Amino acid sequence: MSKAAVDVPMKGGFSFDLCRRNEMLSKKGVQPPSFLKTGTTIVGLIFQDGVILGADTRATEGPIVADKNCEKIHYMAPNIYCCGAGTAADTEAVTDMVSSQLQLHRYHTGRESRVVTALTLLKSHLFSYQGYVQAALVLGGVDVTGPHLHTIYPHGSTDTLPFATMGSGSLAAMAVFESKYHEGLTRDGGVRLVTEAICSGIFNDLGSGSNVDVCVITKGQTEYLRNHQLPNPRTYINEKGYAFSKKTGL
Amino acid sequence: MSIFEYNGSALVAMVGKNCFAIASDRRLGVQLQTIATDFQRIYKIHENLFIGLSGLATDAQTLYQRLVFRHKLYQLREERNMKPETFASLVSAILYEKRFGPYFCQPVIAGLGDDNKPFICTMDSIGAKELAKDFVVAGTASESLYGACEAMFKPDMEAEELFETLSQALLSSVDRDCLSGWGGHVYVV
Repeated sequence: MSKAAVDVPMKGGFSFDLCRRNEMLSKKGVQPPSFLKTGTTIVGLIFQDGVILGADTRATEGPIVADKNCEKIHYMAPNIYCCGAGTAADTEAVTDMVSSQLQLHRYHTGRESRVVTALTLLKSHLFSYQGYVQAALVLGGVDVTGPHLHTIYPHGSTDTLPFATMGSGSLAAMAVFESKYHEGLTRDGGVRLVTEAICSGIFNDLGSGSNVDVCVITKGQTEYLRNHQLPNPRTYINEKGYAFSKKTGL
Repeated sequence: MSIFEYNGSALVAMVGKNCFAIASDRRLGVQLQTIATDFQRIYKIHENLFIGLSGLATDAQTLYQRLVFRHKLYQLREERNMKPETFASLVSAILYEKRFGPYFCQPVIAGLGDDNKPFICTMDSIGAKELAKDFVVAGTASESLYGACEAMFKPDMEAEELFETLSQALLSSVDRDCLSGWGGHVYVV
């Protein structure tokens, strides 16, 4: 590649320009940086007329809470949404990339996207990066063949399940699902169960916290309930706040 | 030692009523040795858009050059300035491109969009966007900045009050961080 071509917008794909330098630095004892993670609770379940997805809203960077109200339920297509856990940049990038591929596919075919199409695109991308793209996903949607729920692991393996959990709070959430899930749940019952599972993650897993986001997908309709429940409101607001005298120049 | 701590930095941006403010410290160091006390790490992209780059200063300057280049290409093609949201996506894309060999930079972006609507956002070194409604912080003093801003921030502040609040938050935070300090630059738009 010529020198000039490095700076102009590239066609796509990763650039490995700085890898050699960064490897040299880490050999000299410099720690590699920590990235923004979504130590997360994400869940999904199939109910009688569709799929419900749920997520908490905490983003962490090591032990620090970097974002108290982030969005972890990503748009894929009007009838498909996807929850992401793992490195925040990876989940964001991989879902954005696949959702644009799905949009182009819809323009080409003129039909509604299918969940398996999204699943295949996601898993083939993740598999080709051997798990280095750290995205653990719960993919849910309703298409012509009915409701679908899948989990996708960072290495590219997938499961097809009636109820699924992912992220650091997956055990806490799965405990709720295992004891209370049954076939033929109603919409309200489903939303309540998803909320309970996420709350179990929020309160029992330190990597998860803040609020509950829910997304209900039924045939021909999608309801995104952002901050469906706020179990951790701020209780210590000072009415007056801090006031500083104006013009404190030198 | 983390590479983010090599030069040391403190960056913070806050939203007010139809305005925003972005501030940084002025120290450039090599670990504990101070090299410069008038360092600029906040850059102006256009009248209503600023970016602060914390972390490794050499990467910050390289990244800034690439961003200015891409913004100028955009200006030539579109004959207008970039919206802050668009610019944030550009920065995110440029950082994520180097997912496996990142720039050691944590950017803070602040700008005024249409109808003077303030926009602030920060990212990690591989472009995971974090949009906030109140304030964003970055750099070695980020932990103390989180605390100071969380306590001092009030919604819908006027420009003058915003300036005072932001300056107080910055100054009290850098006092608790060895690697940043020597006063600050504050931009209020």
